[in-house]
Amino acid sequence: MSDSHGGAHVANLAHHFEDLEQQREAHTLGMWAFLITEILFFGGLFAAYVVYRTAYPEAFANASNQLDARLGGINTAVLIGSSFTMVLAVHAAERRRKRAIFGWLWATVVLGAVFLGVKYVEYSHKWEHHLIPGPNFLFEGAPGGSEQLFFALYFAMTGLHAFHMVIGAGVLIWLSVLALKGRFDLPGRNAVEMAGLYWHFVDLVWIFLFPLLYLLGRHA
Amino acid sequence: MNATPNAASLRAPRDNYITTDYSWRSWLLTVDHKRIGILYLLSVTGFFFLGGLFAVLLRLELATPQGDLVQAETYNKLFTMHGLVMIFFFLVPSIPGVLGNFFVPIMIGAKDMAFPRLNLLSWYVYMIGGAVSFLAIVMGGVDTGWTFYAPYSSTYSNSNVAVTAVGVFITGFSSILTGLNILVTVHKMRAPGMTWFRMPLFVWAHYATSLIMVLGTPVLAITILLLALERLFHIGIFDPKLGGDPVLFQHLFWFYSHPAVYIMILPAMGVISELVAAFSRKRIFGYSFVAFSSLAIAVLGFLVWGHHMFLSGQSVYAGVVFSVLSFLVAIPSAVKVFNWAATLYKGSVQLSTPMMYVLGFLGLFTIGGLTGLFLACLGLDVHVHDTYFVVAHFHYIMVGGAVMAFLGGLHYWWPKMFGKMYPEALGKFSAVVVFIGFNLTFFPQFLLGYLGMPRRYHAYPDEFAVLNVLSSAGASILGIGYLLPMVYLIWSLRYGKDAVQNPWGAKGLEWEKAPTPPPTFNFESTPVVTQEAYAYADDLPADERAEVRYV
Repeated sequence: MSDSHGGAHVANLAHHFEDLEQQREAHTLGMWAFLITEILFFGGLFAAYVVYRTAYPEAFANASNQLDARLGGINTAVLIGSSFTMVLAVHAAERRRKRAIFGWLWATVVLGAVFLGVKYVEYSHKWEHHLIPGPNFLFEGAPGGSEQLFFALYFAMTGLHAFHMVIGAGVLIWLSVLALKGRFDLPGRNAVEMAGLYWHFVDLVWIFLFPLLYLLGRHA
Repeated sequence: MNATPNAASLRAPRDNYITTDYSWRSWLLTVDHKRIGILYLLSVTGFFFLGGLFAVLLRLELATPQGDLVQAETYNKLFTMHGLVMIFFFLVPSIPGVLGNFFVPIMIGAKDMAFPRLNLLSWYVYMIGGAVSFLAIVMGGVDTGWTFYAPYSSTYSNSNVAVTAVGVFITGFSSILTGLNILVTVHKMRAPGMTWFRMPLFVWAHYATSLIMVLGTPVLAITILLLALERLFHIGIFDPKLGGDPVLFQHLFWFYSHPAVYIMILPAMGVISELVAAFSRKRIFGYSFVAFSSLAIAVLGFLVWGHHMFLSGQSVYAGVVFSVLSFLVAIPSAVKVFNWAATLYKGSVQLSTPMMYVLGFLGLFTIGGLTGLFLACLGLDVHVHDTYFVVAHFHYIMVGGAVMAFLGGLHYWWPKMFGKMYPEALGKFSAVVVFIGFNLTFFPQFLLGYLGMPRRYHAYPDEFAVLNVLSSAGASILGIGYLLPMVYLIWSLRYGKDAVQNPWGAKGLEWEKAPTPPPTFNFESTPVVTQEAYAYADDLPADERAEVRYV
């Protein structure tokens, strides 16, 4: 049936695939390949971080002391929690329980929003303390030197990460609507699983950002 | 699944991917990989002639030693936009976007790419990036060189760097999506029996290319993003006054842009492998070596970026390592050239138009490759760095290699794509014109560079005049060589002879199993592959020759 051209007789099977298994494997591989591009995308920033941390270890240690490790820690916990609710959403999708999918997706979105809210508080503290790189940058009351590079990287890395969270939350909200419409009632739709891979990836980036920016070289 | 009788599939089918629907909408919203390939063909051709226009102005200025046609500032913009358009909007998407899109799925027996909608998105992203960059050109252009080096592009920039960078940034995502699509297609969409080592080398080359696209292009994206942050907020990441390092920009930039050279040449090598086998009537010599050399080039290509920075203040020890690694790339490249030459040996060589381009490619790529070794030498590079020697070297690879292969491939697959034959005599004639024009344009530049003429200047001492005039004269011949195929290929769409299913008698699913032009889903039934690629009868023992090739 499935190799007759054009006529996809299996629901949710796109015309150019032979069967659901091939479709699922293609989607999964595509998502992993996409995540690899994301690693390389962030990789440029991590490379810059390594270069400048090595060049200016003291300035970076001093600058990282300005970050609030307590808030960072809370955010780490929040994100790990959101990964857990995401797993539950994928689990619900496998069982095709649309209300559970909807609920867990929204739990994930809410935790993501909490993370972004905490991030907003942190950013506004930096603003008040003139720690935004640019002409008005001041470090402990004096025009900073290489400390500014730390904050440039801090904002670039966490900002790009937050941007990915916003995209991810948007995707999850969209999927939650589809779930209510019953789009995941049939086998062959692994969109929730794919979104889950993305969400876990974004969490994982934070797992690297947190120690690099907040903890490394920290002293009381 | 029935075995289709050959006679039936030889007739041109009434309903193919072109005739199925003629509306604008059906083209602009298509998810058919073949139609998307045609969309790419139209766009890359447009960008090729736009980039060519800049080249014409450059060569006109250089026809005389004084700067009389344009000012130095205009000249800076002209070579920058020539490079930008040709690299990001022609060379990178040309073969993967057109021939790869059209033929990778057919060659592996698939109905379409793994992600048809993503494929269309990738063309739109490319067009949006192109439109933004074009806007930058209209707004007055950009003068940093296509490399966007800081601080030309950051602290001291006085042209439309930001808009251009946005255009290139956007286009990069098109490249990522294409690469991702080809990668998954090759992994997951192969027809029954199409094992990895039965795949045509064109597909292997595209697989290696897509690895580079997926792994390299995101680094370009983040580099441009950092440049944008630097310009918008002066964060100092490339500014020494704030502790930043402009050489870091070069590292990040070349981490993508050197592998990008292989994005441009590897698909060309894939085309050459197909053409050499088809017009020598022989299985390609050393199939697996050619296949793995593509992967080796893809991997090694990521480890050589430092050879662009021998004179940028990079540590000399790093320079030594990058120099050695750069020499290593010569090995898989030479493996390919030797295997193509060995395929020609004792083959029944037919000098059809595509084969003329192949022979041109073999000579020019070899010269381009060998002069690359000069540049990988730490000592010699000091002498020829940033001279016309470098310009000649990469034009031998990019124009003598990639563009020759693109034209050869376009002629070879033209009958399959449009069901029409081009005029063969005119085809051969323009291949010769391209070859002569190319050498006349770029060989003098090796001499100019070695004599010390630096690149990127609009005026030069009188002693360089003769060679520069030769080069400009060659460029005009080369220009005619490029216009001719465009004219007669378009002419052939209406007046050309109808093509049969397999006009070259070539091997491969696209010739043996797909009708001409292919229907929307490429095959009448999913092909089952039972033998290796390039099973040209002459290459097989007599008792196997009569066997049916495909079930």
